[in-house]
Amino acid sequence: MEPLLAIEDLRTYFINKDVQVRAVDGIDLTVYPRQIVCIVGESGCGKSMTSLSIMRLVPKPRGQIVSGKIKFAGKDLVQLTEQQMSDIRGNEISMIFQEPMTALNPVLRVGEQITEVLIRHRKIGKREAMKRAVEMLRVVGVPRADEIVSEYPHQLSGGMRQRVMIAMAMVCDPKLLIADEPTTALDVTVQAQVLELMKRMRDDFGTAIILITHDLGVVAEMADHVVVMYAGQVVESVGADELFAHPLHPYTKGLMASIPSLDDEAEKLYSIPGTVPDAREFPVGCRFADRCPLVQTSCRERPPELREIRPGHLVRCGLV
Amino acid sequence: MEKVVSAPQVSSGDSKSTGNVLLQVVDLKKHFPITSGLLRRTVGHVRAVDGVSFTVQEKETLGIVGESGCGKSTVARMVMRLVEPTSGRIIFDGQDITRLRGRELRRIRSNLQMIFQDPYSSLNPRMAVQSIIAEPLVVNTQMTGKQVVERVCELLETVGLHADDRLRYPHEFSGGQRQRIGIARALALNPKLIVADEAVSALDVSIQAQILNLMADLRNEFNLSYIFISHNLAVVRHISDRVGVMYLGNLVELTSKRELYTNPLHPYTVALLSAAPEPKRRGRRERIILQGDVPSPSNPPAGCPFHTRCPRVMDECRIQRPEMREVRPGHFVACHLHA
Repeated sequence: MEPLLAIEDLRTYFINKDVQVRAVDGIDLTVYPRQIVCIVGESGCGKSMTSLSIMRLVPKPRGQIVSGKIKFAGKDLVQLTEQQMSDIRGNEISMIFQEPMTALNPVLRVGEQITEVLIRHRKIGKREAMKRAVEMLRVVGVPRADEIVSEYPHQLSGGMRQRVMIAMAMVCDPKLLIADEPTTALDVTVQAQVLELMKRMRDDFGTAIILITHDLGVVAEMADHVVVMYAGQVVESVGADELFAHPLHPYTKGLMASIPSLDDEAEKLYSIPGTVPDAREFPVGCRFADRCPLVQTSCRERPPELREIRPGHLVRCGLV
Repeated sequence: MEKVVSAPQVSSGDSKSTGNVLLQVVDLKKHFPITSGLLRRTVGHVRAVDGVSFTVQEKETLGIVGESGCGKSTVARMVMRLVEPTSGRIIFDGQDITRLRGRELRRIRSNLQMIFQDPYSSLNPRMAVQSIIAEPLVVNTQMTGKQVVERVCELLETVGLHADDRLRYPHEFSGGQRQRIGIARALALNPKLIVADEAVSALDVSIQAQILNLMADLRNEFNLSYIFISHNLAVVRHISDRVGVMYLGNLVELTSKRELYTNPLHPYTVALLSAAPEPKRRGRRERIILQGDVPSPSNPPAGCPFHTRCPRVMDECRIQRPEMREVRPGHFVACHLHA
């Protein structure tokens, strides 16, 4: 199958005078139609910057896509003009964010925000657009959809706001939906509702999803394929079943062992010592070396490559 | 006279506690007034906490879980006497502290400390770490300057930082390190009880594990009791001896952690446990997805607060609010199904 999205050696840096922050430092990522790919990692690993790079929304002027390709449906998004890109955003690729209250415009009614997308991309009249907006809100499970369209975001609960965001993202039937920590601000029971809804969107509309999260629980719930990021790089990339059955990178293993479980009672949690290295001056060798329990001298000498250890299982570790 | 409901007294099987009650909370309520108009007339109340009773024993960790708006933070703040309870009693170390003021309250506070959620906003950015940690010592003790510095160094090392860090400012530290500073400050006066409100929620997983381990070590070393409040069921399970589940201002279930996680009785607890995403359960879970949202605490439903979302609701639940009952030894639940 042809991939829907193929990112090759993407580098997104923040450049300020002579300081260079390598937020995304050479990542490869492939997403197939109907696939749910989870990007998992801790704060500062570059997962959000990857998604903003795909949307070409990296904060300017300091943030820049320095090199790499983002191939989407036959085009390289990096090369598109702003005008061409805005035809894609919200239409072929759309995005939902962590905090729906800040992503929604507080002074526009819900209906206006959804119809705006339709009017921009589908060139249809207001009345027709409003009809589609109400329909879409019903699809995402918003009760009283015909009344909600004339309400403001602050009148809705967190879960409802995220549903409105999803309705807005899905209304033009995009091929790819990027969700950046969509349930982090939500309560557990509401999170379960929203995750279920996203799966249904994939099943019913065939939308591929890139789901960015720090929560391995959410990954286990949703992912077909998982990409683990650390310090701007992909350290492990593999199908989700394989990841949970046989994680290979020491960082992935450490992450899994750090999570307290609902099912067993370990007295002491494993914790990864130390902190993430400074993105202004990454070490020469492996970026995880300082925190790795298996570190050897060779790890610090040259950077490990992302290698295919088993069919479809890529790991960036010289020891595996 | 208000009715005093006796708090559940439990000694759980796997608790490390000595059986001496350190904190007793009896039928605690907090109703925040909703005001309106020029004269700030009270037009209603938000029933943030609506009659909560529990005990914390010496050396015990009581976990409180619940979703946003369930009143768990308000309970924490009332125990700390940062929020005035509308009614109910707080008995700490044998003394009723519900209405204490001034000097007496300050004296109690040295035994009662708090760790906050956000390590960015809970440390004064203009104060060096030394002044932050020393503040409770300067206010509450007669220590000399030199003794204070010694104590600050000792505390920093206790929480895994360096004595030299005392001269730095909060912005120079990462989130996990800041949380360590917050813990050092809480420990400064050798408290008996520490209330931790979402103390690890803002941290990354690998850092969260470090802080949880630190808190567990400190508990053993200094014989602390914790009230550990979180929305994260797995984190609460990890650190607690007993766990209480709150919903809409009420405690709906309270028991030892093993009992709660293996044999949950309240339908809300069951749903909460099944909804929590858990890596080890990939591909083998049956989920109960609750419909709808939590009702507004300014207009809570009649009868059982959970009846609007409960998958097993009965007619009785819509009329009669269930009382907290001990349905098995040490297992309290407020539900008509288990009457």
